[in-house]
Amino acid sequence: MLEIVNLHAEVNGKEILRGINLSVKAGEVHAIMGPNGSGKSTLSSVLAGHPAFTVTQGSVTFNGKDLLAMPAEERSRAGLFLSFQYPVEIPGVSMVNFMRAAVNEHRKYKNQDPLTAGEFLKLMRAKKDIVELDNKLANRSVNEGFSGGEKKRNEIFQMAMLEPCLSILDETDSGLDIDALRIVANGVNQLKTPQNASIVITHYQRLLDYIVPDIVHILYKGRIVKTAGKELVAVLEEKGYDWIKQEVGE
Amino acid sequence: MVHNGYIALFRENEALFQQNLPAWRKQMRNDAVAQLQTQNEVTFADAYALDYGLNPQRLPFKGNPFSLFMCDIPGITTYNYLVLNDTFYAQSNMPSLPQGVIICSLAQAFQQHAHLLQPYISQLALNQPDVAFNQLLAQDGMFLYVPDGVQLERPIQLVNMMYGNVDMMGVSHNVAIIGQNAKAQVLVCDHAYGNEVNYLSNRLTQVFVGKNATYEHYKLESSSAKTTNVSTLYISQEENSQVLSNLITLANGKTHNRVEANLNGKGAYLSLNGLGLGRDNEKIENHTFINHNVAGANSNELFKYVLDHNAEGNFYGLIKVLPHAQQTQAYQTNRNLCLSKTARMFTRPQLEIYADDVKCNHGSTVGQLDENALFYMRARGIDPVEARMLLMFAFVHDVLDNVHIEPLKDRLQLLIERRLRGENTHCNGCKICR
Repeated sequence: MLEIVNLHAEVNGKEILRGINLSVKAGEVHAIMGPNGSGKSTLSSVLAGHPAFTVTQGSVTFNGKDLLAMPAEERSRAGLFLSFQYPVEIPGVSMVNFMRAAVNEHRKYKNQDPLTAGEFLKLMRAKKDIVELDNKLANRSVNEGFSGGEKKRNEIFQMAMLEPCLSILDETDSGLDIDALRIVANGVNQLKTPQNASIVITHYQRLLDYIVPDIVHILYKGRIVKTAGKELVAVLEEKGYDWIKQEVGE
Repeated sequence: MVHNGYIALFRENEALFQQNLPAWRKQMRNDAVAQLQTQNEVTFADAYALDYGLNPQRLPFKGNPFSLFMCDIPGITTYNYLVLNDTFYAQSNMPSLPQGVIICSLAQAFQQHAHLLQPYISQLALNQPDVAFNQLLAQDGMFLYVPDGVQLERPIQLVNMMYGNVDMMGVSHNVAIIGQNAKAQVLVCDHAYGNEVNYLSNRLTQVFVGKNATYEHYKLESSSAKTTNVSTLYISQEENSQVLSNLITLANGKTHNRVEANLNGKGAYLSLNGLGLGRDNEKIENHTFINHNVAGANSNELFKYVLDHNAEGNFYGLIKVLPHAQQTQAYQTNRNLCLSKTARMFTRPQLEIYADDVKCNHGSTVGQLDENALFYMRARGIDPVEARMLLMFAFVHDVLDNVHIEPLKDRLQLLIERRLRGENTHCNGCKICR
């Protein structure tokens, strides 16, 4: 589904990603862990097409297509979803209008007719239950005045609405209390199918207790330095990232 | 010709300009001449360089002007009137007005209701050159009188239409007297025919709102690139009167709106709002003066501009709180979006407070669309053009919240959306633009 080969990327002339290789297949859950500043969020931004980052080398193939050649909106329509670490507040744009625009763009991409207002609201009602999102949130401006937990639930709600084939959860656990974490993780797990895949980016073991990964990668200084099964999470939690630094010879 | 050239034109046609006017109004014309000869800095002075056609002889439009110019907002029912360049027209089949309400030509009112007009018109300060120019040449306009206790359920719509096959000038003067406990809504639409000739309009509107009365004033401009429009709005408010005013400039050439509001009674409330959407070389100026002359009156002001291309916006807002005007609450906000590097916005929010027990603030910002929000929307699959639209629409939305005539609000939403998309900028409802 996703094939990243030797990906290098920089921001403001500073190289952050220094040769990432990663292969994600349908049905898999990958976790990417690593210390602060290792490039985790840069990787997710580059994959989502953030204009601040420049890819200097390498390739990313998504379902057979050249992902890097696509603008951000097309990546989304093609089935890539980024759950933002810091969801953006958009005062004055209601969740309903925002989501309806998004859903209908996705439908247009698949040559489907746009949803009527009634159909859309029905879909929205069904999906918001997945993350126990309040009814009132729908009429509020996107993320405006949402608590940290509500923002993250809102990300997963959007994921449920757009049904991506690959979702990247960028530090979805940051800023969540234990109840919100459980709700968010349950949401993600409910959306899991054999046809889709997820990349979970996190610092901590906590989220991975709920969303159990098939493969765990450790990102350090812009490279994936270790890849193993879910047992790696426990090792990391016990030994910390210093152990990795020693392993890579620093 | 410079604007002073029109003094000569007035002198040449003095008999026509002065006919059927009460002596005090005739005197005002002469006072206006004196003013313009000493203090003559009219707004957009360069626009006066052209020789505009005027209609001192009051030649009527051939045919029914309403068959051409009727504005039609779906679902809105109004008392519809027209000022064509400088001449007031009422529809022949106008539904009857509530008891005691007068809506007529100002020229007619000078003959039939001069006693009602005098106390209000004679207090006009002619030291504003634009006002002096108006009083030199205005021959007509709309007179609205709503007696005490009468509530007009239907809005009054006044279409100011500039029309001509040569460069034309339109000068008009409107007076609205809203009695105690009365209620009225006025929608003024400034339009211009075609894009070929130059128009210069000078509109003066005086509104007097009595005790406990409610008044709403909407001014909507959708004119042409070659239109220069100078509008002055005076609002005078008595005790517990509630006034809402919106000045919306959708498409124009050069526009200068001056609003001067006097809160003269305790409990009076003014909500003064504006929206300017500028593109190409359009110029939009809103200069507002809110005077808190007594204690316990409140005002809230909100102006927003979205400027693209080489458009230029200008906002000047002065809130003045006089020494005895304690317990005043006055808030002023001006927010502006510059979408291009060449769009320019000038803003001067000002407070002059001479009382010590007041709550006042003002704020002004000039900025661009939020890039993070744009990326967030694109990351959900929303087209960048659409995302910008949603953000711009969100930006102007709170001005629309102050439009309380629902069909007008719906129509404005559509017009603003079209305008922001860069599509047809004229309202479709107006037959002349189709």
